[in-house]
Amino acid sequence: MTSDLPTMTPVKHSHSVVENGNGAPWRALLRWENALVVVLIGALVFGSSESPNFLNPTNFFYIGMNMGEVAIMALPLTLVIMTGEIDLSVASMLGLSGTVMGYLFSNGWSIWLAMAAALVVGVLGGALNGVLVAKVGLPSIAVTIGTLALFRGIAEILLAPRTVTGFPSSLTTIGVVPIQGTQIAYSAAIFLGLAVVAGIVLHATPLGRALVAIGLQPEAAQFSGIRVNRIKIWLFVLSGVVCAFAGILLTLKNASVSYDAGTGLELNVVAIVLFGGVSIFGGRGTVIGVVLAVAIVGALQQALTQMNVQPEVQNIVIGVLLLISVVIPNGGEAIRRIRDRARRHA
Amino acid sequence: MASIQQLLIGAALIALLGVGETLVIVTRNVDLSVGSIVGLSAYIVGDLFKYHHNMPVVLGFVVAIAVGAAIGAINGFVTTVARVPSLVVTLAMLYVVRGVDGLIVNGKTIDPGSIPKAFTAVGYRTLFGIPWLAIIVAVVVATAGYAMRSFRSSRDLYGIGSNPDAAVLAGIPAGRRVFTAFLISGSLAGLAGALFLALHAQIDVSGGTGYELAVVAAVVVGGVAIFGGSGTVLGAALGAVLLNTINQALVASRISAFWNGAIAGGLLLAAIAFDRWLSLRVARSLQSAEGAHRDL
Repeated sequence: MTSDLPTMTPVKHSHSVVENGNGAPWRALLRWENALVVVLIGALVFGSSESPNFLNPTNFFYIGMNMGEVAIMALPLTLVIMTGEIDLSVASMLGLSGTVMGYLFSNGWSIWLAMAAALVVGVLGGALNGVLVAKVGLPSIAVTIGTLALFRGIAEILLAPRTVTGFPSSLTTIGVVPIQGTQIAYSAAIFLGLAVVAGIVLHATPLGRALVAIGLQPEAAQFSGIRVNRIKIWLFVLSGVVCAFAGILLTLKNASVSYDAGTGLELNVVAIVLFGGVSIFGGRGTVIGVVLAVAIVGALQQALTQMNVQPEVQNIVIGVLLLISVVIPNGGEAIRRIRDRARRHA
Repeated sequence: MASIQQLLIGAALIALLGVGETLVIVTRNVDLSVGSIVGLSAYIVGDLFKYHHNMPVVLGFVVAIAVGAAIGAINGFVTTVARVPSLVVTLAMLYVVRGVDGLIVNGKTIDPGSIPKAFTAVGYRTLFGIPWLAIIVAVVVATAGYAMRSFRSSRDLYGIGSNPDAAVLAGIPAGRRVFTAFLISGSLAGLAGALFLALHAQIDVSGGTGYELAVVAAVVVGGVAIFGGSGTVLGAALGAVLLNTINQALVASRISAFWNGAIAGGLLLAAIAFDRWLSLRVARSLQSAEGAHRDL
């Protein structure tokens, strides 16, 4: 079923046009991650040309605070997309987790128990996705659009139309103050920590290589002894629990929660992962690329916000970056094809 | 009677978008930009009416469809010429189009006073008790449904979705067909934008937000395989009506409307699970009836 996907475009779709160690040094630019570094520097230069205070540490705190939850959700999604699957329920899980936490807290549970329950909900929701995809064999894009509606719907049943507030201030300050003595937001620090773990797992462990193998060719991975289905189930569970964790962080940051927290964020998360160079067909991508994509989007959003550009208009930047990120690696190929055709007709 | 009218109006826009989405999904692609197209085309038409109040109503529809067609053409061009996955292209276009919308809207709102009565009449007037909106959508569904059954070029779409490589080897101009599917999907989304404006009589920057996943959900509930190759336009339209009926039924019954989302999600999961079960059954019966020919 999902193994049909890679045939959509043969493997020509590649972000690293030229692999390492291939002659001229300028070719290194063609590696997607290096191009992202250039774009990031460009974004920072652009930001500081618009506002002299842009490179202020406080500004980095704001970027970290604004991007934290989306960035954290992007990490497990990176691993999921590496295997050729997708999880569109991430933002609904974030909302459901915050809702469960708020609902239980407002019913007199201790805040710690409420948070633990939210994480359990993340595990269960992720397991539901995983079982439907890996055991029942349903396409993950359809399953997770379904659970997107389902999770948000359950949150609505639990909490709508209420908004829960009154969380202990000792916890809610975590979301809005930097780590003591630095200008790093807590959620940004958590993201970076998780990114290191994800990077090591993906790029330096047998499990990570297994994810790549599954993404490139699920049948071959199965025949070479990789437990494809079991790995996929656990990936969805991981995605669920990490998104639930992001939901807890968002709730604490806002010091309030309603059932519609984070509605529509799923496509932002997907866009960041793809912009980071992860192939939608699986098997190709790096965690560092995703981290760079988070930094670029965060920096650009901060710069545009300081220029008073409306959030809707800021969408253009994300969209164009995403478009460029897939068109350029395929552009040379396309031009060659068109030229060949013109020659044949001549 | 009134409640049936409500049902038809509520489902009409999603059903209309579902027609274009079906054409695209059948070719093993997806169009996530439809919600943004609805918002942009609706606002552009509203803005035109605001400054040219005497503009013919038909021109409003023409402009909306043209806006949608232009965006659909970009989607189709990038997907087929650059051979980039359509999910990524149309996701990017979702953002770009909404951003352009934001530039044009610039924080303003078009209010009902700016829109001619003759235009909004499409949103509320009825013919023999059937809302005009539903008639327009029914005509589109019927036309597309007939074409998808009977036209050779439309059958090509199924071939492309079943096996893209084989379709190319069989001489199907796959690129041109996929481009056309995106062009039609964009045009219908533009038309849906005009109808959105006629129905709501006002528009701001958020019009049509989130429609894309609702449309994909309706199409999948309607039996269109998400990986292409099978499904009908009528099925997609019925999927939209079904999801909307459940919505309305909950409002009518004593159950709180808060149950809407959860039930729609559960239904979607049930629909794809059922589809999977059916296809497994068919596959098994095909295996047992060895050598039997079937017209599938």
